[in-house]
Amino acid sequence: MSFGPFLLLAVLEGTVMAAVLALTSVGLSLVFGVMRVVNVAHGEFYMLGAILAWFVTYYLPFPPALAWVAALIIAPLVVAAIAALADTFVLKRLNYAPEATIVATIGLLYMVQQAALTIYGPDARPVAAPFEWRIQLPWFGYSGYKLFVVGAAGVILAAVWLFMTRSTAGLVMRATQIDRDTAQCFGINVDRVYAGTFALGAALAAAAAVLIVPIQQAHYLMGHDPLLLSFIVVIIGGLGSIRGTLVAALVIGLSDGIISMFFSPTLAKIIATLLVALVLVFRPQGLFGARA
Amino acid sequence: MLWVEGVTAGYGNGVVLRDLSFKAAKGQVTCIMGRNGAGKSTLMKAIMGLVPVQSGRILLSGTVLSDLPAHQVPGQGIAYVPQGRRLFGGLTVAENIEIGLLARKRGTRTRDFVLDLFPRLGNRLDQIASTLSGGEQQMLAIARALCIEPEVLLLDEPTEGLQPSMITAIRDTVLKLRETGLATVLVEQRVDAVLRMADRVAFMEQGQIKADVPVAQVQADSALFKQFVGV
Ligand SMILES: Nc1ncnc2c1ncn2[C@@H]1O[C@H](COP(=O)(O)OP(=O)(O)OP(=O)(O)O)[C@@H](O)[C@H]1O
Ligand SMILES: [Mg+2]
Repeated sequence: MSFGPFLLLAVLEGTVMAAVLALTSVGLSLVFGVMRVVNVAHGEFYMLGAILAWFVTYYLPFPPALAWVAALIIAPLVVAAIAALADTFVLKRLNYAPEATIVATIGLLYMVQQAALTIYGPDARPVAAPFEWRIQLPWFGYSGYKLFVVGAAGVILAAVWLFMTRSTAGLVMRATQIDRDTAQCFGINVDRVYAGTFALGAALAAAAAVLIVPIQQAHYLMGHDPLLLSFIVVIIGGLGSIRGTLVAALVIGLSDGIISMFFSPTLAKIIATLLVALVLVFRPQGLFGARA
Repeated sequence: MLWVEGVTAGYGNGVVLRDLSFKAAKGQVTCIMGRNGAGKSTLMKAIMGLVPVQSGRILLSGTVLSDLPAHQVPGQGIAYVPQGRRLFGGLTVAENIEIGLLARKRGTRTRDFVLDLFPRLGNRLDQIASTLSGGEQQMLAIARALCIEPEVLLLDEPTEGLQPSMITAIRDTVLKLRETGLATVLVEQRVDAVLRMADRVAFMEQGQIKADVPVAQVQADSALFKQFVGV
């Protein structure tokens, strides 16, 4: 393949990566922004989403397309419920103290991971894509499903954006993020906001996984990479800034796709990590974050 | 109406309010005066449920506020303008007002009433609150609180750092609201402002109300000011 088409392919792969990364990163960013909780278990919510998608598509006697749509609805809901429970029974009891919640979510990470290993097993298992068609470009064929993933991620992100900026619940979340005590003085039930935010963040990770699982297979250790990359994105974008997170996801996703194609995935990760180091040194609040 | 009954409260294990008792009546402005660190703001926070009450009770027309979680306090009809305003800085004026309306599910009628009171805010609904001038910010803090349609209004040093014309505007608002039967608790350090607005003056020292007198009494004899505020 000559350079031009090769670059196009790399950009396409990078865009798919960026779209899914944006979903997981926005989830992580919301949780940090509103609750000031660094959720180390975020990648496990992603993994749970993928594994639940496998269970749903395997056991529901539906045709693949319908089974997958069912998974896209069920998996995020179940993961959201698990996250809300974790918030109420673990994080709330720690009063959301920053250090304690980091340790607690590390614990949660291992609990979820080992539970998945016990119930689901150590194998990677495929989930059928809801549809199979390839777009035939002059130089190569490309998976129509991958393009669908980009569109679906865009729709979900737009919905989150509208929810945060236009709905009353989103307004309440933003007010709580700014000043928790004053929010309570205006009748806002902060416990409920926190449980809801943690659930929403987890649901976004799970939705990202349901989108990706027809491409990547479900495995109990698959949460590591998205966790690392989401952290990279959230730090570069500015902790708690949704706009920054989206821009950073695009930059990291695209550069990861392109560098992986032209050089190697390892180099891509090295450069991303280096970028984080640079941001932390020269602009610790992130590209779009407010100065603390 | 609002009745603080032998309340002891503080932060963590520390005690700031010591067996403090205090009343605020309907249609009256009760001023609280005291030196820095006397515990005036802590009293406001205790009433709002932000500082845990260790003993004693806080009652509002028969409801024990101090048994409620903080987020249920405003719904009982009590609104708070914190020291330093504490606006939702990154939100617009309109959004700050919308948050105020949520606690008791008030709608456009309340919103219009509040914007009538502060026309300057009406022209700046889409401005980010943190970019308002100090005086406008204070107006918004009061407007946001009034969106609750409260029976009791707590104002913690609303004139701090404002120029005289703004202070007059806020004073006029407080007096106008008194006519509607609102019980107002006003933390205020400036003697002239207190003399113009207060029906009663409560003097606070080391977490206790040491004297609670009608304003006429301090008008006649300024010894209390000297003793508790040093002017
Ligand atoms: N969040 C807090 N944690 C611990 N101690 C606090 C806290 N807030 C206030 N205090 C302490 O409680 C005491 C009373 O403070 P408070 O703010 O109620 O005083 P104040 O009368 O409002 O003073 P000022 O006139 O300066 O506003 C002070 O000794 C203060 O240091
Ligand atoms: Mg104070």
